[in-house]
Amino acid sequence: MTLTRRQLLILLPAAAVAWESLLAGTPEASPNYTMTEHWWSMLIDIPKCIGCGNCVRACQAENDVPDGFFRTWVERYHVDDWHLANPQVISPDGGKEGFPVAKEDEGKYFFVPKLCNQCADSPCTQVCPVGATFIAPDGVVLVDQKYCLGCAYCVQACPYGCRYIHPEKKVADKCTLCYHRITKGLTTACCEACPTGARQLADLKNPNDPIHAFLKTHSVQVLKPQMATGAKVFYNALDGSVR
Amino acid sequence: MRVFRDAGHLFRLAGLFAVGTLSFFIIRAFLVPRSFGEYGHYRGAAISEIAAHPIRFAGHQTCETCHTDVAQTKNSGKHAQVNCEACHGPLAKHADDPSIDPGKPDTAVLCVRCHAASAAKPKGFPQVDADQHSNGLPCQTCHQPHNPAIAAGGAK
Repeated sequence: MTLTRRQLLILLPAAAVAWESLLAGTPEASPNYTMTEHWWSMLIDIPKCIGCGNCVRACQAENDVPDGFFRTWVERYHVDDWHLANPQVISPDGGKEGFPVAKEDEGKYFFVPKLCNQCADSPCTQVCPVGATFIAPDGVVLVDQKYCLGCAYCVQACPYGCRYIHPEKKVADKCTLCYHRITKGLTTACCEACPTGARQLADLKNPNDPIHAFLKTHSVQVLKPQMATGAKVFYNALDGSVR
Repeated sequence: MRVFRDAGHLFRLAGLFAVGTLSFFIIRAFLVPRSFGEYGHYRGAAISEIAAHPIRFAGHQTCETCHTDVAQTKNSGKHAQVNCEACHGPLAKHADDPSIDPGKPDTAVLCVRCHAASAAKPKGFPQVDADQHSNGLPCQTCHQPHNPAIAAGGAK
């Protein structure tokens, strides 16, 4: 086939346009969802948590989390009298199958479900050398697993231990706040499976979200506030011994 | 022009530099994904890729569109706040294709997961020592899981 100069000059821009649309990527998965209208967070009501492990199992089923790794897990604290600095913390298999029975004992027990705190000033996104992890415009901290090198810098940077390197994909993995669900109007898998309502997804930009009334009337805390991470997972009645 | 005499090597170098700079921008345009920088220092298309992950838990609103009778029983009892899939597990496949049998959950495992007595649980939460409480009888002999009050009747 021979090409005249005229044909070549017509074909070149056409090829460029085709290449552009190829690079533009996949279309929007949730057409009725506007990112800038949301600012996602979660409320955890510690006095309601019974340590059943439903959230951990639901998260693993929903997000294909490999065994032995956790996007969310539950810790059981046992604080003996005034020893706030030395709580005994257990989390057998992330609390996935519940906890051993505790007999009536001195001190107090409580469960602390943990997950990514979706920090507004997140240390993990700041250290990524390639821009593979980021805070989406709706406040969810996400990982672009096609772009991630697996250097694990973010795993070290997270003060809450919420990230891990996926054993098969060899890239960083973490809680997405069930991004594929919340962008379609559903709640997260952990909130859906929680039998007592101890976990509630909240949208801080929605003035009608019950979280606003709750935050006004309860003693609410975030984890490690001294680290100024802008954590958006709020804990009701959090004990001072929780690390 | 005296200044440019014997300056051929400088022009050659400048030309090489120009070609190098140009090829840098051309290669960069090919390697950097189109959506990089759309919202920030990351690939904007990653957001919709993450949002495309398949759903496993259908959500109780979906369940209640068909199982209105069960929802009514459940919402009139103590388990009103417990969503269907908290006990039945992820059933989006069943919601998409009702011919897929979701199976019945095993109450022997399920009930004690929440209701086994433990000093670690909140005091107000109903808890029993399963062995003492029922002498090994299955829970649903007296309690119907969707409405656990004894008055509501168990499986006969």
